[in-house]
Amino acid sequence: MPKNVSVEELKAKAKELRLKIIETAKYAGSGHVGGSLSCADILAALYFKYLNVDPENPDMPERDKFILSKGHVALAYVPCLALRGFVPMKSLETFNYYESAYGMHPDSNKIRGCDASTGSLGHGLSMGVGMALGHRYQNIDAKVVVLMGDGEQNEGSIWEAAMASSHFKLHNVIAIVDRNKFCIDGCTEDIMAIEPLDKKYEAFGFKVIKCNGNDMAEVVKALDEAWVEKEKPVCIIAETEKGFGVKKFQGDVKWHYGAMDMDLFLEAKADIEAM
Amino acid sequence: MADNIGTTWTTYDANKMTSREIYGRVLAELGEKNDKIVGVTADLANSTNIGLFGDKFPERLFNVGIAEQNLFGVAAGLAKTGLIPFASTFAIFAALRGGEFVRTDITYQNLPVRIIATHSGLSFGTAGTTHHATEDIAVMRSMANMTVVVPADGWETGKAVRATIDIPGPFYMRVGRGFEPPLHENDDFEFEIGKAMTVKDGSDLTIIACGTPVLQAREAARELEYDGISVRVINMHTIKPIDKEAIMKAVVETRRILTVEEHNIYGGLGEAVGAVIAESGKGCAFTRLGIPDEYSVIGYPEDLYARYKLDATGIAETVRELLGKEIEADEDWSDED
Repeated sequence: MPKNVSVEELKAKAKELRLKIIETAKYAGSGHVGGSLSCADILAALYFKYLNVDPENPDMPERDKFILSKGHVALAYVPCLALRGFVPMKSLETFNYYESAYGMHPDSNKIRGCDASTGSLGHGLSMGVGMALGHRYQNIDAKVVVLMGDGEQNEGSIWEAAMASSHFKLHNVIAIVDRNKFCIDGCTEDIMAIEPLDKKYEAFGFKVIKCNGNDMAEVVKALDEAWVEKEKPVCIIAETEKGFGVKKFQGDVKWHYGAMDMDLFLEAKADIEAM
Repeated sequence: MADNIGTTWTTYDANKMTSREIYGRVLAELGEKNDKIVGVTADLANSTNIGLFGDKFPERLFNVGIAEQNLFGVAAGLAKTGLIPFASTFAIFAALRGGEFVRTDITYQNLPVRIIATHSGLSFGTAGTTHHATEDIAVMRSMANMTVVVPADGWETGKAVRATIDIPGPFYMRVGRGFEPPLHENDDFEFEIGKAMTVKDGSDLTIIACGTPVLQAREAARELEYDGISVRVINMHTIKPIDKEAIMKAVVETRRILTVEEHNIYGGLGEAVGAVIAESGKGCAFTRLGIPDEYSVIGYPEDLYARYKLDATGIAETVRELLGKEIEADEDWSDED
């Protein structure tokens, strides 16, 4: 059951997370800042309201599972786990360092509270289907939430897994697409069009919910609806802006990945603080 | 049609005759004792015989349809919830179509998924090159954490399936289509993963083989005995971790090694054995039999085995050639343990 946490509190968490993202990018030297900032609201809502997870007992079998299928945003995920108490805040300073537990893509055997190693796109939903089947067989009532990128929708394996999600009637699977409009080479619709994405997921047997993924009230409304679904797997298409929260990054394909000098870092920090 | 010749059979009947059936049966039996065991397949429940497990436990076998990437992702997800998944498809699709999912989801995360891949090597003969698997050993043994086993027949397959239960990490086993004649008469023998089996002792040369060629190697060795040639035959059913001790004992005692496998000579058993020998610093005469880096042709498996000298005749012929090869004498070898 989702916890009783207000939209205002979640907004404050998302802001805190965005600050941690750019700080961590600074420690790391560079990072996937655009796609990390676009999904910060979704991550904050999941980890502070919805997911039944316990930092004191990260491996409890009945926990909800979260898979960061867009694994390149470990830069957002690891700081989120730190804010939620799974890993020490101080440890973020080692991001990208030699033999660090944290690099661009998360390693489930090294990061406390991380359910899946990801980074190669198009794997998360398949693993999520396996987890949901495992839950059902073992009578565990838990959700499996898979956060995917929009460019990632080009991967054929996603559609293998989507087909299986509805075939096996996995209503506990919640697939979220961070629809920030860009992949590395440009706009998704120019590189390899994915629209109409809602109709595609509907045709694959999903209940589709659309929301503004950078508006916490809308994110909460979408997740509320997803959490009570009892028939179909759910796909939330979260319309977001790449780099959301930092004016220089917002909607700029270049900021898929980058490094900030101190001036830009302070500018980004000021932007987020003013949110 | 001029004549009504031949027999009537379908792939469904064929399954009743094969070592794959032993896999399915043993798995069903293990499933009875261990409710953590589940199965996953990609529209090959019948062909791989994991269906026998599904017949017994329909709620524990998940068929993901013709989707090998999803097959291994789902298997990884099941393992993440504490289960022991057996995933079955054809060897070529396990290694290459789903290979990156095996690597990133299963071996990188070090999950206890057991991949039992059938129709390995040339065993799917007339299905053609798309369905021959001559790269899978190379692919699978280069994945960290993976154990790789190639049983010589159905009896070993059954023993290996049982033995996997004690392995904490990922496991790959390739078995044939199942028409291959057995090496063993029954299951009254010791089988330990990582420990090679001496099928026949000998002192002039050692054949190290895996899979169906083991039986052919033993036949060749028996034939050569009539000419006074003493050949040792080692069944190297575990490719990784490889039994270095058995290899080095053979090198020191027989000084000539022939490897035989139903795989490209690159990346398989031969190279694994060759690396052990090279790193030991002991020189010896060495030859690899396998598919000589070409795409195998279409034909019945027996004809393909003959073409690539993986049958008794081809192996015996290669042994004679290898015995004629000059090797540098090394006096220091006499003081070996």
